[in-house]
Amino acid sequence: MSAVVTTSASITGRSVPGIEKEVLAQLKVVFGPKLKDAKVVRERLVELVIDRAELVAVCTYLKDTLGFEHLSCVTAVDWKDHFESIYHIENYYNGCMVQVNAQIPYDDPKIASLIGLWHAADFLEREMWDLMGVEYTGHPNLKRILLPEDFKFHPLRKEFAQEVDRQYITRRKLRGGK
Amino acid sequence: MSAPLIPNLFEVCEVLVLAIVWVIDQILYALAGLIPPLTGLAQWFDPVARQRLGMGPLGSELLIVVITWLIAVTVIVIWATLVNLLTMMWVERKFYSRLQDRYGIMISIWSLPFWPFNRARRPTHRGTGYLQNIADGVKLLQKENITPRNADSAMFHISPVLIASSTLMIFAALPWSSGFYVANLDLGILFIFAAFSLAPLGILIAGWSANNKYTLVGGLRAAAMLMAYEIPMILSVIALVFFTGSLNPLTIVRQQDRPLVSFGALSIPAWYVFSPQILGFIVFSVSMMAEMERIPFDIPEAEAELVEGWTTEYSGMRFGLVFGFKWLRMIAGAALIAILYLGGWSGPVFTTLSVGGVPVPIVPEEAWFLLKIYLISVVFIWISWSVPRVRIDQILNIGWKKLIPYSLGAIIIAAAAIASGLWSVG
Amino acid sequence: MPEFWINMGPQHPMTHGLWNMKVQVDGETVTDAKPEIGYLHRGYEKIMEVREFQKNVVLTDRLCYVSSITWSHAYCLAVEKMMGIETPERGQWIRVVALELQRIASHLMWLAAYGPDLGLLTGLLWALRERELFLDLIQLMSGARMNQNYPRVGGVRNDLPENFEAMCRRSIEHFLEKVDNEYQRVFQESKVFHMRTEGVGKISAADAIDWGVTGPNLRACGVNVDLRRLDPYEVYEEIDFEPQVWHDGGAGDSYARFVCRFNELRESCQIILQALEKMPKTGPYRVKAPRRAEGEGYAKTEDSRGEALFYVIGDGDDRPYRVKIRSPVFCTMAATPIMLRGNKLADSVAILGSVDVCVGEMDK
Repeated sequence: MSAVVTTSASITGRSVPGIEKEVLAQLKVVFGPKLKDAKVVRERLVELVIDRAELVAVCTYLKDTLGFEHLSCVTAVDWKDHFESIYHIENYYNGCMVQVNAQIPYDDPKIASLIGLWHAADFLEREMWDLMGVEYTGHPNLKRILLPEDFKFHPLRKEFAQEVDRQYITRRKLRGGK
Repeated sequence: MSAPLIPNLFEVCEVLVLAIVWVIDQILYALAGLIPPLTGLAQWFDPVARQRLGMGPLGSELLIVVITWLIAVTVIVIWATLVNLLTMMWVERKFYSRLQDRYGIMISIWSLPFWPFNRARRPTHRGTGYLQNIADGVKLLQKENITPRNADSAMFHISPVLIASSTLMIFAALPWSSGFYVANLDLGILFIFAAFSLAPLGILIAGWSANNKYTLVGGLRAAAMLMAYEIPMILSVIALVFFTGSLNPLTIVRQQDRPLVSFGALSIPAWYVFSPQILGFIVFSVSMMAEMERIPFDIPEAEAELVEGWTTEYSGMRFGLVFGFKWLRMIAGAALIAILYLGGWSGPVFTTLSVGGVPVPIVPEEAWFLLKIYLISVVFIWISWSVPRVRIDQILNIGWKKLIPYSLGAIIIAAAAIASGLWSVG
Repeated sequence: MPEFWINMGPQHPMTHGLWNMKVQVDGETVTDAKPEIGYLHRGYEKIMEVREFQKNVVLTDRLCYVSSITWSHAYCLAVEKMMGIETPERGQWIRVVALELQRIASHLMWLAAYGPDLGLLTGLLWALRERELFLDLIQLMSGARMNQNYPRVGGVRNDLPENFEAMCRRSIEHFLEKVDNEYQRVFQESKVFHMRTEGVGKISAADAIDWGVTGPNLRACGVNVDLRRLDPYEVYEEIDFEPQVWHDGGAGDSYARFVCRFNELRESCQIILQALEKMPKTGPYRVKAPRRAEGEGYAKTEDSRGEALFYVIGDGDDRPYRVKIRSPVFCTMAATPIMLRGNKLADSVAILGSVDVCVGEMDK
């Protein structure tokens, strides 16, 4: 099939069929051993699992060479033994979406900020800092965005008490019953 | 040619005052039976006794003259505010509600909670809605009048008074027919414009004295806009004066009372809107819409980001005064347009009967005048509620760069028409 | 005159919803802007971790309460991708009809809010009057006018009632007539409207993509991206419709955003009429979803305001492990300073109104 991005690329509004396999192949060629896991989940979706050190390199390759211009979403997941910062990056030219899972150790929740590549990372990373406590180094304005400025906790972490744990405790339960 | 219902306001009021004096006189005579010293006072009020005693007619006594003038002014004020203002507010609220596909205000006498108006089985809020404005006025009266803490108290309190009083001054010189007026000034139009132009000062004072960033911006914008639109307004009137040769509203209407072109029984009257003054008419109407602060020109007042603009800090009846007198200015503006361009109170020829040489009106001049005022206002309301608001710098653009050249053009057209003999003065 | 910061909000009659926009003005010109959000933050992502998969639909309805079916549908799609189940065909067509009806209702609410922003108070009442038609249709279909709890993981809650198609056709016919005769004239053919919205609030296509703007705001910049065409879900591949992209150049201002969103009203009507013809007349509309699930699923849909993305991770329990909600207005809000800079203060309300902010989905 033809190259993923032609020199005179224009947004046609339709996706290119079979593009996910090509994208996966190109990524494997460039980043082979550094990808912990790479697969095609379904049509138009490629998933990569990488360590946090390769994040900027992978994303720069995606944006500059493969034409993935739209950073759709930045998620952070608390897996209790490590964090994972998940990026969904979309290509408007061929409709393909790449999901980059970057693994972060639990005691050092820092990862490089992508604000140099996409300005959409501005608010999205601030939200993840605010709710999950993953620090994005290099972000110019890493302040709380949804919660008040002086809030002390990162609520989405699993150690922050869940709603059912904070529920009203009946007097019967307090007295030792069920 | 139609006839006024009130041929001379002063004389009508004098008749009223003399009738009241007669009633008081009878009471005084009856009391004089008990208290003899009152006989002198009763005779002072009695025209027959005065003639017998050689004292001169009652009507020339200073006291009676002063009371008559006060009653005449009160009649005009009540006519303008209590009757016309309420009706105009009702017309506006009903009309724009119907434009918006809803019923509009519906509180009327059938909403009153006492007999005979509290109907057992019929809905109370399905009337014509005339009493709604009175209800709103009473609501505003009973609200607390809050003064902001750091506001300039004297200026804050005086500016609604300034706005209201300058608006009411207009009605001293504005005639409602060829007899229903308080003062017949030779420079009547000039006086009316002067009174109109006092309001921007009041608005600026109001905006500044409330100690609020938003009202200040609103007041400044209002002052800028109103100053900008005074000029084309007055220039169009200057163009009109070329034709009329007089600033007296009665003269101007009398000049428009003749037919311009006749098609047998029908004729087009010589209204100035049908003359080369049509350009002046358009410029004057647009400027008047801006002066009345109606949408599309209502940036100072109901701007989306300025909450209520310069009236934000007013509450209670101060707000009611400022808010309600916007409609009074609309009535005055529509009256000016009617007098200057649309023939004022002159109606078609066949609306008068001649009874013993005295013209008796079938449809009096006041009725024609009111009809014209309300039609012009309805057109203004219609435009207001159908278009978005124009931004302040665009408004000033239109005022300075488009309307002033057009009004100057109207002057040149008027001068050319006179010089070439197309139209003769008067 | 020194520059100073003005607070527009959080209590303001014309910023729809509860958020604060700080603008720095120099005289009348805006030199900088800083949105402050989070006043309506309800902790959705945390709450959704302790509810069963199906019970979360009640919550996702209320994310953007004006456009609730689209958000619940995005969530259900994400959970279905995670579980690996697929809605039967009639269920997919019913979902399309529901989505487009909700899109029209949401755009009409935006229109009703945009009119008064500009001073056109009549637009409020007319648009709400038409919205009643569609709320009636949605009530006929799902039982409620707002926050309907209609999509289910695996389909929809109930089938369309018998008189739905007739009533739908009648309402759409009446509505299309109104759009062409009344709304077109009062909004687009008004010179004052053009004066207020043309050239105001410009953002270039490159900036828009860089900052993550999606939906009609992006299509107004000339970028031909509509997720229903680019990454089709449900049965959008079988429907013939035209994404409304602004073609004329000089794009990205408030007028382009208005026109793109306004024309979507007509497009959605055409989609609904096509769907009513093409859908299978009988068939199952729902598949039973498993109670527990493991894996991850993501779904990207074209919400009324842009690209709504749900990312759901399950760990074998009957509740999600992590739910991530990507809201289009959240990312567009980051781009509003670019739109506001250089314009006058009086335009800021018009610009922010044309962006169509719904605070519920922005603050989660």
